[in-house]
This record gives sequence, C-alpha cells and structure tokens, in this order.
Amino acid sequence: MSESLRFTFDVDGGDFTSAGHASVQVKKNLRQLGLSPEVIRRVSIAMYEGEINMVIHAGGGHAEVLVHEDCVEIILDDKGPGIADIEQAMQEGFSTAPDQIRSLGFGAGMGLPNMKRYTDSMEIFSTVGVGTKIVMKVNY
Amino acid sequence: MKICAMQELLEARVLCCEENLGKHVYSACGCDLMSDVLAYVKDQAVLLTGLVNPQVIRTAVMMDMVCVVFVRSKVPTEEMLELARESGIVIMATDKRLYEACGLLYSSGLVGNKTK
Ligand SMILES: Nc1ncnc2c1ncn2[C@@H]1O[C@H](COP(=O)(O)OP(=O)(O)OP(=O)(O)O)[C@@H](O)[C@H]1O
Ligand SMILES: [Mg+2]
Repeated sequence: MSESLRFTFDVDGGDFTSAGHASVQVKKNLRQLGLSPEVIRRVSIAMYEGEINMVIHAGGGHAEVLVHEDCVEIILDDKGPGIADIEQAMQEGFSTAPDQIRSLGFGAGMGLPNMKRYTDSMEIFSTVGVGTKIVMKVNY
Repeated sequence: MKICAMQELLEARVLCCEENLGKHVYSACGCDLMSDVLAYVKDQAVLLTGLVNPQVIRTAVMMDMVCVVFVRSKVPTEEMLELARESGIVIMATDKRLYEACGLLYSSGLVGNKTK
C-alpha cells in the first residue's frame, strides 16, 4: 500500500489577516495533484471554515491534510477553550463570535454546519479547557 | 456577460488581472457576510462586497470565483491584490453602492442563481 501524501500547517492565532492562508495553500497543492475541481472545492471550503474557527475561537492550532487512495482527510487540532455543547455549536446561527469578528464578515454561526455539509464525514472531539480536534473526510 | 461589460456598467476601475476581462460570467452575488457566501453560494462567479479584508479574496479563491467587485470606493491593499493575482481573480472597484451595483448587473442579465 502506498503511503498517503501529507501536508501540515501551523495556524497562527494572533493575526486574523493571515487566517485562511493554509487553506489557500492546500487548494494549490491539491490542484497540482490533479484532483477533481469538485473534491478540491469541498476540501478547501471545509478546511477554510475550520481554519478560521481555530483563529477566531481557539487562538490558532495545527492543520493536517492527508491525501488517501479513496479520500482526502482533514485534521484540525487546537488547544483552545473547547466546545461545551457540540450539538448546540452545530446548529445554524449559533455563534459566540464577538461583534468585532462580525464586522470582519464572519460569526454567523454557519461554519460548523457548512463543514458538515461539504464533507462525507465529520467528527468533533472536544474537551472544555483542553482543546478541540475535528476530523473530516471528503471521498472521491 | 463578459467581465469587461460588468466593468462598463459599473464604471469600475480594474485593479488586477486585466488579462481575464474577456472571461464570461453567468451569475453573481452581493454580500458582506463571508459566512453566508461560503454557506449559500453555489456557482456564482462574481462577488460584489463592501467588506475589504484578505478573507474576502480567500473566500473567492475557495469558491472558485473569477471576479470580486469592491463597492463604495473601497480600496483593497496590495497584499490582497497579490492574493488575487495568484488565482487570476479580477479585482474591480466602483463608486456605486452594493444595492445599485447589484441592480445594474441584474437588470442587464447577470442573475443570482445560475439556471441551467
Ligand atoms: N475550534 C473551536 N474552538 C472552540 N470553540 C469553537 C471552535 N470552533 C467552533 N467553536 C464554537 O462553535 C460555535 C459555532 O461555530 P461556527 O463555525 O458554526 O460559527 P462561527 O465561527 O461562530 O461563525 P461563522 O463560522 O459563520 O463565521 C462558535 O461560535 C464557537 O463558540
Ligand atoms: Mg466558524
């Protein structure tokens, strides 16, 4: 079995202007691999939402993208405050983002539901005070 | 509609990727909330917005858009233009407000949701 291709990124939490940088890079890398535009778009949007969440809500984190034989896997890992009620966070419109984030065009509470919609599977592991890990897969 | 026709209708200044002005676009959306663009936009190739920050360009990149129009004379930074150039996204700025800019394009045949 061939080894999966892996891209890793440190997502800087201190600077909102750079938020989304890793996702743009992943999009470029996947294009070079010749994956279908549909798969690339779904992976990029899901990762972009997750990356922005790590910047806004968790002070940054770590992102990993694995290109498997049958799917692309996105793993987002942060040491932020964690999500107390995942079911509530998954609801469209639920957001704890401050007004200042809203004036930047985010914080509508659409990110997590959007990530679920664009991926074939999504798992959230979160512990309050420890951090959040999100694993998403997009099948070919 | 060609992007250059949009430019004329909006009396807009082209800030980067002039070489793509001849591309055809079939639908557009006007929005200041990137969350909504990411959630609801489907095949719209053009984003009109009054919000100016790098996430606007990155959102357009993620959505495979080909043109971003900044309304109300908003001017993007050189960093944002550089991001747009990497993906060949045409950036324009118009003095018109969002409502008027969208209305002008819509009434000239550029719809919201592409109908097949
Ligand atoms: N990595 C994370 N760490 C801690 N809390 C998070 C994280 N991701 C999401 N949340 C919590 O879940 C809520 C919902 O997230 P979601 O992405 O759906 O909306 P949002 O980020 O607030 O707004 P939008 O995504 O529309 O810009 C957030 O407001 C936040 O409270
Ligand atoms: Mg979010």
